[in-house]
Amino acid sequence: MGEYAVEFNEVVKIFPTPEGGEVTAVNHVNFKIRHGEFYSLLGPSGCGKTTSLRMMAGFEWPTSGEVIINGKVMGRTPPYQRPVNTVFQSYALFEHMTVFQNIAFGLEMEKVSKEEINRRVTHELEMVKLSGMGKRKPKQLSGGQQQRIALARALVKIPDVLLLDEPLGALDLKLRKEMQLELKALQEQVGITFVYVTHDQEEALTMSDNIAVMNQGKVLQIGSPVEIYERPCCRFVADFIGETNFLYGSSISRQDDKAVVTVPDLGVDITGLAADGIDTGKKVVISVRPEKLRISQEPVPGLNTFPAKVVDTAYIGSETRIILEAAGKVRLKIWEQNKISSLDVGTYYYPGKEIWVTFLPENTLVLPE
Amino acid sequence: MEKPMRKFSLIRTLREKPSAQGSFLMLPTNLYLLVFMILPLILVVVLSFLARGNYGNIVYKFNITNYTRLFDTLYLKILGYSLQVGLETTIISLLVGYPLAYYIARSPARQRSLLLFLILLPFWTNFIIRIYAWIMILRGEGFLNTFLQWLGVIQEPLNILYTPTAVLIGMVYEFLPFMVLPLYTSLEKIAQAQLEAAADLGAPPWKTFLRVTLPLSVPGMIAGTILVLIPAMGMFVVPDLMGGAKTMLIGNVVRNQFLTARDWPFGAAVSMVLMLLTMAFTLYYTRKAGFGEELLV
Repeated sequence: MGEYAVEFNEVVKIFPTPEGGEVTAVNHVNFKIRHGEFYSLLGPSGCGKTTSLRMMAGFEWPTSGEVIINGKVMGRTPPYQRPVNTVFQSYALFEHMTVFQNIAFGLEMEKVSKEEINRRVTHELEMVKLSGMGKRKPKQLSGGQQQRIALARALVKIPDVLLLDEPLGALDLKLRKEMQLELKALQEQVGITFVYVTHDQEEALTMSDNIAVMNQGKVLQIGSPVEIYERPCCRFVADFIGETNFLYGSSISRQDDKAVVTVPDLGVDITGLAADGIDTGKKVVISVRPEKLRISQEPVPGLNTFPAKVVDTAYIGSETRIILEAAGKVRLKIWEQNKISSLDVGTYYYPGKEIWVTFLPENTLVLPE
Repeated sequence: MEKPMRKFSLIRTLREKPSAQGSFLMLPTNLYLLVFMILPLILVVVLSFLARGNYGNIVYKFNITNYTRLFDTLYLKILGYSLQVGLETTIISLLVGYPLAYYIARSPARQRSLLLFLILLPFWTNFIIRIYAWIMILRGEGFLNTFLQWLGVIQEPLNILYTPTAVLIGMVYEFLPFMVLPLYTSLEKIAQAQLEAAADLGAPPWKTFLRVTLPLSVPGMIAGTILVLIPAMGMFVVPDLMGGAKTMLIGNVVRNQFLTARDWPFGAAVSMVLMLLTMAFTLYYTRKAGFGEELLV
């Protein structure tokens, strides 16, 4: 057994287009996935995450670079000889077989004895809470149930790595949230490495031990959910994961991990944590999350602070989402927790109200433009 | 008192009852079938119980001798042979058509329509002309023999034309598209993900074919079998032109009774038996296997 479950070493995948051109789906990608990890590949559609997963499964072969599974360089090993199994986005259940036959298929290919197949399939059906459904055809099951069968069919093989290609994409929101927690619990229970492809950042944050954020065929950042959300490496990651406010300016000084940035649109200087490579004089973008902004009646000395006016509010129960305008042109969003229960709308904010925006330098990120 | 609404009762019924809409839309087709199929069929049934006069005229006297005559070993042999040729045509079409349909279904989308067009291309030419083209190919000094002799594969010309083999070649040629098209439809519907799933679960390509592709294409095989076997059972042009006088199918018997022997009642009886046999087969087969209606979903 290798040190890592999956390694990508300078992997490139180029597809020919029907017009005779080329498109680079995966561009010099590197990552290492540890055994037993829940690892997500996160990015918008077309970022190369599914192509990366398909190269692990063996449906695609890299144009150059190495895909290494369990220490073995895969090269052109076909899917049926790889120690991985896939849960497909469309589930891809065999419609002509019963649920039981679907799950048994992979074990039959391994020439497992009939008694053991019976035992393992029954056990797997219990695991995904579908005991007694074995005789049904996939079409007779709901989307959520089909999803579980697809999961059971792959897990019954006890693969070294389970590959999941947006498996919850077709489910409705409530079911998806339930399945997220169930999947995570299942993964901890079986201890198998999960590689999970998704474009849903919330899903990735909820379940993953580590996330690789991809865009345009490249990995931009690898880290834990907290690292990805609190310390995005760059503008794209800050924008793609959660919501944020951007302010544009140039850094005028750098001290230890902090940088001071002058923002011409606001006419103020803002201090924040500097990302790597932020030097004096560079054009930068400041990112500050809506929940990290505070509203006050007076300026707060020593913090980042400037006056603004409430433009719009949306009361959504647990919080109020407020749109502010500063210096007549910069729009910001703030999420205020509704910590006090009141029927008096004046407690909340209303358009036209003049206030001050305040935020800590520790909650402010200075990123390369 | 008459209610004024009554005037528009047809329109109102159509608006309120979807089943009535269906009947209304089917009206032209049903009328056509009634006049040009059901009524002639009734005529044939009646005809089959009448007798032939001395000069080929019809004598209106009820009898069943037309049917008892069929139990002559001569006709039973022809009937058995027709069934044999029909089944052989179906099986060969299936064996030849499957790889062809598979190839088309797995081609890039842009090539597929061209290949399907090529499958249908022969229908643009008259069937008889195409059969004469086959005669040109197969006869003693035809293209096939000339070519094989030129290659040195054979010394003497092969005697294919006017043999049962020639009939089979002609029949398979004529009916192959009817097998390929439904097969293509069922193969094309198999999602790539299903094949990938099988490979992912450890099945090498040949096992994926046996366990996934083949079972999922059964509806196409059923529909193709029905579309080939039924018309093949009644075929008479191919055996007439390519089989010489030696090969006679039940279709030829019917044709001869009507056109040559001028025994219309007997011809009607033979065609009734052929129809009933085909219907019995189709009913039995579709009870067992379905119509391949999954293709329509």
